[in-house]
Amino acid sequence: MNSGVRPVAIEWLSEFYHYRELFYFLVWRDVKIRYKQTLLGASWAIIQPFSMMVVFSLLFGRMAKMDSEGVPYPVFSYAAMVPWTYFQYSFPLAGNSLISNSRLISKVYFPRAIIPAASALSGAVDFFIAAVILLGVMLYYHVPISASLLLWPVLLLPLILFTTALGMFFASLNVKFRDIKYTIPFLVQVMMFISPVIYPASKLPAKYQMILRLNPMVGIIDAFRAAALPTRTIDWASLGIAIVVTLVLFAASSVYFYKTEREFADII
Amino acid sequence: MTERAIHIEHLTKQYIIGAMRHETMLREALLNAFTMRSHKREQETLLALNDLSFDVNVGEVVGIIGRNGAGKSTLLKVLSRITYPTSGRIRVRGRVASLIEVGTGFHDELTGRENIFLNGSILGMRKREIDQRIDQIIDFAGVEKFVDTPIKRYSSGMRLRLGFAVAAHMDPDVLFVDEVLAVGDADFQKKCLNAMDELRSGGRTVLFVSHNMAAIENLCPRTIWIDAGRLRMDGATDKVIASYLATFSESQRSGYDLSQVPNRGGNGVMRFTRVDFLDRDGQPTSVFRSGEPFRARFHYQVNERVRDPHFGMIIFSDMGTRVTTVSSWHANYYVSNVEPGQGSIDLAIDDLFLQPNRYFLSLFIHSTGQQYDMLDHCIAIDVEDSNAYDNQGRGLHARWGLVYMPSRWSLVENVDERAGS
Repeated sequence: MNSGVRPVAIEWLSEFYHYRELFYFLVWRDVKIRYKQTLLGASWAIIQPFSMMVVFSLLFGRMAKMDSEGVPYPVFSYAAMVPWTYFQYSFPLAGNSLISNSRLISKVYFPRAIIPAASALSGAVDFFIAAVILLGVMLYYHVPISASLLLWPVLLLPLILFTTALGMFFASLNVKFRDIKYTIPFLVQVMMFISPVIYPASKLPAKYQMILRLNPMVGIIDAFRAAALPTRTIDWASLGIAIVVTLVLFAASSVYFYKTEREFADII
Repeated sequence: MTERAIHIEHLTKQYIIGAMRHETMLREALLNAFTMRSHKREQETLLALNDLSFDVNVGEVVGIIGRNGAGKSTLLKVLSRITYPTSGRIRVRGRVASLIEVGTGFHDELTGRENIFLNGSILGMRKREIDQRIDQIIDFAGVEKFVDTPIKRYSSGMRLRLGFAVAAHMDPDVLFVDEVLAVGDADFQKKCLNAMDELRSGGRTVLFVSHNMAAIENLCPRTIWIDAGRLRMDGATDKVIASYLATFSESQRSGYDLSQVPNRGGNGVMRFTRVDFLDRDGQPTSVFRSGEPFRARFHYQVNERVRDPHFGMIIFSDMGTRVTTVSSWHANYYVSNVEPGQGSIDLAIDDLFLQPNRYFLSLFIHSTGQQYDMLDHCIAIDVEDSNAYDNQGRGLHARWGLVYMPSRWSLVENVDERAGS
């Protein structure tokens, strides 16, 4: 047990790096098990955002005549549905990950943050499968495919980071307070409505724009959509705010996690 | 000069029992914060390790013994960094591997091969190392045919072998092992002991926690005895084991006061207060003989009304092997309700089919989902030779095993083959 000559953060990261292979295997396990367990396997990654798109297109595109920024509503909504589905799936998985891996925690040592981080990352596979389908949807609706779509893998980074930050924080709270798990689905639902998934970001009430943009999902989802639609350009200010908030959240969540992880094995 | 592999200085670990037993709810925490009530539960603490200090040199194989709850497992968990010490210092040099459980992280849906990689990496092996040793691991486990089958189809024995096979192919400088040999059949146990023996000859440092005194004697020249979180004795294995076993019972008695036994498990709603051993006429006795009746009267104290408690006794050999468990639940004897107060219950075993030897008894009271009392290894009894086989047999002895089974033999046929051909 080295005592603090090197800063704690570097210690923590180097420990994480040392266990990178375990991290890799846990991601691999999560992905593998999901596709083995579900009857539909990988197709689930497509069915979920696709069917949501169909429902939303009927509800909001046809019935509510929602503004879809100059492209058919299905393209508009599916472009946001891909990153949103990732969050909707990965955040609860990461938030419950410590509890569901309690055996590992009480029997073996490794940097605990690996567990929520691996859970958050494993959803990225679904993301890529669903993203390929986006191309198909765009072709079907004759929406030109622009080069800015190449930004999607880059935009995935802040999305994963935000999901991991939130996941780590809730995972740690979850160890101590067992009723936290009931708040996670509720939070996901709220996030859906305060993020521009169904509606365009421009529809956020101007009065509350500044406050609402503090939710990183506003900037991130809007950037994903803007990168996909030829009718839009990325709102860099909004994305910038999202990235800064994400980094701050990630730092705060890491500190909280670091401070609580010592007692995980004793109370889990 | 010999190098130190492990250095432990004034190591103390305190558990807050409340935090382990009750699940904290955010709801309560918030409510307390709002109402500004210091509505703290009585925080019961437990010193699992109490000012423990010792050193282990590179290449030493050290056994750790002690009763259940003495702190052996906590020590390994602290050394393996699973849990953090409350105070004190630890220094472990070299690459550490710790085996608290076999097959940690195994997943039912994954195949044997996939689980080898997963479990290996959980135990701290590099992928490259696993790649190199996978054939040996599969061979050691003896699961060649099923290695690409999901392990949900494995028997419990196969899983165990697979788990140990992975663990046996780690290549650590320092290894912590906790009681993983207590399971599995005799053949496999032997294989595991051999694997550990190889580790020792490879110059590795091993800390080995076990109830299996025979295994400790075989493997460890030095043994540390931990009692109630403190170091009770540290020295040559035979001496430490002898002193340890001697504490169980100084002399044979016909009755034991159990009301003051420390380190007992269970929630205390019911407690054993006393046990008396009786002979076939119901008179107190301190003599137990192979093949003769065994009778015990357990006295207990009840603090709250209890529904359908099960009483039981576990018999262990002097080397820590569980010989058998007898309980009212197994016998399907329904006690119904017991009211607060005192009572007693009789156990009768018609024939005590144990070979002459020293045995340890653990006593428990529980019911579905509840444990009221657990007295681990609380009494030692010496079973003596008897006139089994009505004086016609050749006598019984510990070297023939733990259990004897009265047997009759009769020759059915003995054909002389030379006559027929």
